[in-house]
Amino acid sequence: MRETRFWTWHLLAGIAILIFGGLHMIVMHLDGILGWFNPAGGSALDWANVVVRSQGFLFPVVYIILLGVTLFHGFYGLRNILLELGIGRCGRVTVNILLVGGGIVLFTIGAVAAIKAMGV
Amino acid sequence: MADPKKYDNRLGLKGWWGGGRWGFERYAYTLHRLTGLGLITYFVMHILVTSSRAFGADAWAEWMGNVAGPIFHVGEFLVVLSFIYHACNGIRLILVEFGFVVGKAEEPIYPYKTSLNKQRPLLIVMMILAALFVVAMGYDYWMLH
Repeated sequence: MRETRFWTWHLLAGIAILIFGGLHMIVMHLDGILGWFNPAGGSALDWANVVVRSQGFLFPVVYIILLGVTLFHGFYGLRNILLELGIGRCGRVTVNILLVGGGIVLFTIGAVAAIKAMGV
Repeated sequence: MADPKKYDNRLGLKGWWGGGRWGFERYAYTLHRLTGLGLITYFVMHILVTSSRAFGADAWAEWMGNVAGPIFHVGEFLVVLSFIYHACNGIRLILVEFGFVVGKAEEPIYPYKTSLNKQRPLLIVMMILAALFVVAMGYDYWMLH
């Protein structure tokens, strides 16, 4: 039952990534054609554009949501692939600990950076 | 943690490479997994690199300089391709998972029909959509930057 619930979250996280990650990809990789959320012009990676996106309320919130759902979706998918290899009980526990621990550390780094960047 | 039932994963990773009777969808499955593994590897690096913006313009410029070589440039486009494929194929998988586009359940009367063929037009549509995104983002990436 628990795995069914995780699988459903995996699918829902995929839909969230489709929306927020799709927006992120459009902002970053169609910047030359559309130029959305890049008021300074030029590349989406130019510091002036990065500052504008970092300082508003919308983008930091979207970044943190995207960070969480992508880490869950990606690490749960990786866990499924690893567990399918038949790595035994000890291996399963190790994989679970590494992925949950790694996910929490990466989420903390990314979320703190998004919040701190609001003040740059 | 309860021990799950053990099933023989006879082919293991080798099973990813042969479509067998599953046909084209099996290769779509393999590519979905490979692109997923690539994307999560990139994403971990992406979190660490883009977190540098919290330390100001100099830190940002330094990190962007570290990942500005031609290998990273090509690599980043592979990430874009992977994202497009993974997203478009993922839409198909979610629709199929929730029972859309596979047809209604019916009695198995010979000659048997397979739901794989019912959802195949969706696969084709999603791959055409993916190709359109590849063209648009490829043009932006290689021609406008």
